[in-house]
Amino acid sequence: MIEVRIHGRGGQGNVVAAYLLASAAFETGRHCQAFPSFGAERRGAPVTAFVRIADHAIRRRCQVANPAFLIIQDSGLLHIPATLDGLLQDGAVLVNSPRSSTELTAEYGRPLTALPASAMAQDILGRPMPNVALLAAFAALTDLFPADALVKALAHRFKGDVLERNTKLIAAATEMVEAGAWKDVAHA
Amino acid sequence: MTEMNDPRARQPRFRGLEAGHRACQGCGEALAARLVTESAGPDVILTNATGCLEVFTTPWPQSAWRVPWLHSLFENSAAIASGVEAALKAQGRRSKVIAMGGDGGTFDIGFQALSGMLERMHNVLYVCYDNEAYMNTGIQRSGSTPHAARTTTSPPGKERMGKRHLKKDLLSIIAAHHIPYAASASVAYPQDLRRKVRRAMEVDGPTFLLVHSPCPLGWGHDGSETIQVARLAVQTGLFPLVELERGEVASVMPLRHRVPVTEYLGLQGRFRHLFADDDHRAREEREHLQALADYNVERYGLDGDGDDPFDADGADTVRRGGPASS
Amino acid sequence: MLEALEGSQAIARAIALCRPGVVAAYPITPQTHIVENISKLVADGKLRTELVSVESEFSAASVVLGASAAGSRSYTASSSQGILLMTEVLFNISGMRLPVVLTCANRAIGAPINIWNDHSDSMAVRDCGWIQLHCADNQEAVDTSIQAFRIAEATELPVMVCMDGFVLTHTLETLEIPAQDLVDRYLPPFAFDRMLDPHNPLSLGTLVGPEYFSETRHLAHQALSNAASTIVDADREWQSLTGRSAGGLLTVEGPADARIGVLAMGSVVSTFREAMDCLGAAPAKLIALRSFRPLPEDAIRAACAGLDHLVVVDRALSPGFGGIVGGEIKAALSGMNDAPQVHNVAIGLGGRDVPMEMWPRLLDVPQQGGGFRILDLEPAKLGEMS
Repeated sequence: MIEVRIHGRGGQGNVVAAYLLASAAFETGRHCQAFPSFGAERRGAPVTAFVRIADHAIRRRCQVANPAFLIIQDSGLLHIPATLDGLLQDGAVLVNSPRSSTELTAEYGRPLTALPASAMAQDILGRPMPNVALLAAFAALTDLFPADALVKALAHRFKGDVLERNTKLIAAATEMVEAGAWKDVAHA
Repeated sequence: MTEMNDPRARQPRFRGLEAGHRACQGCGEALAARLVTESAGPDVILTNATGCLEVFTTPWPQSAWRVPWLHSLFENSAAIASGVEAALKAQGRRSKVIAMGGDGGTFDIGFQALSGMLERMHNVLYVCYDNEAYMNTGIQRSGSTPHAARTTTSPPGKERMGKRHLKKDLLSIIAAHHIPYAASASVAYPQDLRRKVRRAMEVDGPTFLLVHSPCPLGWGHDGSETIQVARLAVQTGLFPLVELERGEVASVMPLRHRVPVTEYLGLQGRFRHLFADDDHRAREEREHLQALADYNVERYGLDGDGDDPFDADGADTVRRGGPASS
Repeated sequence: MLEALEGSQAIARAIALCRPGVVAAYPITPQTHIVENISKLVADGKLRTELVSVESEFSAASVVLGASAAGSRSYTASSSQGILLMTEVLFNISGMRLPVVLTCANRAIGAPINIWNDHSDSMAVRDCGWIQLHCADNQEAVDTSIQAFRIAEATELPVMVCMDGFVLTHTLETLEIPAQDLVDRYLPPFAFDRMLDPHNPLSLGTLVGPEYFSETRHLAHQALSNAASTIVDADREWQSLTGRSAGGLLTVEGPADARIGVLAMGSVVSTFREAMDCLGAAPAKLIALRSFRPLPEDAIRAACAGLDHLVVVDRALSPGFGGIVGGEIKAALSGMNDAPQVHNVAIGLGGRDVPMEMWPRLLDVPQQGGGFRILDLEPAKLGEMS
């Protein structure tokens, strides 16, 4: 079972990101579970969501304390120590940031993979919503499911032009990261 | 109990509320409920707030109702009526739903449910039997109790002259919902009451009827004086009979012989303290109540235009009218 | 066919499959998503029902009371303060023997205000005469929602389907929504022979004095007690149609020779199921109590046979007494031969996370002894709060 924690701010589509990630995994025949950290969410407040993906039914319902992966939608949240809490030793972190992975890694003293997700979304969708680009990059890095599965999951929520642009965004984000770089962690 | 040789039993009219119930002698509410159900006919479903009417009509295993009747709580007659109406709609049935409550269940504790029902435009006629206090629990003041009236929770004394506050202007609040039809009526004017019920029954949407219904026990008058007391409430201007369409005054019952409020007040024990000889407060409150009546007359344009040979009392005719300025 | 759905969305779909005539909707966290999803199904023409968006939970309960009395299958949902605001009506609905179904998205009760999950709300209306069924996961919640109408209409008793707020309502997970024709076969159209009808005018909700009142209470008690067999039958038939049980009156898992057991209700059961299998703790039985009302005394005694210790998990408490389920289980086992010693703790109040590691902690409770306590209390925080 793979456990993922998504950190972001209210209004960045954190719960949607968690639901989409779980749904994309579901599209490839896996069992999934996704839920928010159940806060009284207001725009801008730090929020957390959790995802579990497995080949069997998932029964535990506690929050994810020791994720294999963190997806951080707002790099400012890296300043809050709790953001990285409990990450597995060989776990990996994907951060929405205009800066390079090298720069971030040097600054925080641990490996961080950066993706300029807000800028890409602004460019392609016309809105700086980082979640879909991050999920596409996550899918490519982990090789957990093909980009197609994410498109399928999106197709349950969006249609027409919005879906087309998101599909384009997914393709672009997939290109931005090293395919399969986190494969070993994801399939450990 | 009616017998076959009783001429009333042979009348062709429908009785939704049968005789033999346990209301007090001269109960205005029982009379009003009989008139309402008689005019509405058999194809109705009634809901009833907790109160005298519910208690005196349905002591298990008996019931005085000849129409389907549902009682749940004090404050939800309008809400259960909403549910009944929604179900009828879902099933394609067309019976009219009539919700009933006293003034406590309507002006006060059931007010929110009533407002919701009106706002959602349920096809329900809501009838409030207004006897101006919580009578079922033994005469406590309600939002509908008139100013200065004695109840067990607004007793007059050295520091008080009965109820300190005014009677809530419920009809204006109802009017603010802009429902198709709302009216006030009185048991003293049965033809007028029947006509208003029939009018409301024809509307496909929410309608509201406020029926002034004296309570001999609570008001302190003889059971034989119910009609006289109710008529004086209208004739003094204290309880104006009006009709509202979409929130606007559409017609009023004109007062051709306006009566001073003291004639109305003097008949009732609940206002006895207003006639104490040596109390200047009594005179002030009488004047206050007269001013409230005058205000009603002016607001609704109740002053009639002299004697009418066909309708000396205005009992059967409600004229199109309203304030002269409108 | 399996789908990945949020719990609330799945419940809305399940309710739609039951073809309710009237649905009353009022928002309250964490229930809101259920009525939102139902509203969307209505707006999209996928559900034909009279949707009444009321002005309070009190009126929501009143509307379904009226609608049920008028012969329509009726549904509403709420949580927490909303359940409390409904309380007066809930007693009325059961007292009038109306087969209403309500989803309680379980949430704590203030003050202090807290929007997160525990069982304080449904426990507060424990004695309102409703059947109360608890669900461990969203599949059980879907299946129980459909069974609820069948149980309600067979017994003429209202059913409260209790599902943990957020932990179930806001969790997207893999589950199966049954096909419409299967539900139609399982749940025939609602026919109510006491319905309000001008052709057969009945008076419902009449005044009953001392000369008959005790008899009405006796009948209510008898009806609720007898509902146990209907709950079992409804689940059995559902299982024959779908291959899935939603948990009958209760389920027992774990080795037959275990000497210690844990009894719990709701979503913690799901977490404990996994913990039992993968944490390698001492062998223990897990008793998942689905039917809290009626409380199935015989089934509980049978489940406890052979146990030396039983740890009862409460998700609410009665201040000045302790655990509510714990107290009831003690009463249910009293006089039983070789009854286990009952230990009672509360956990997960107001949304406190119940981790997998809670399972071994629970199994350790008998060794620690002592009376009722809140097991996941953090004593250091008490200092901050004084």
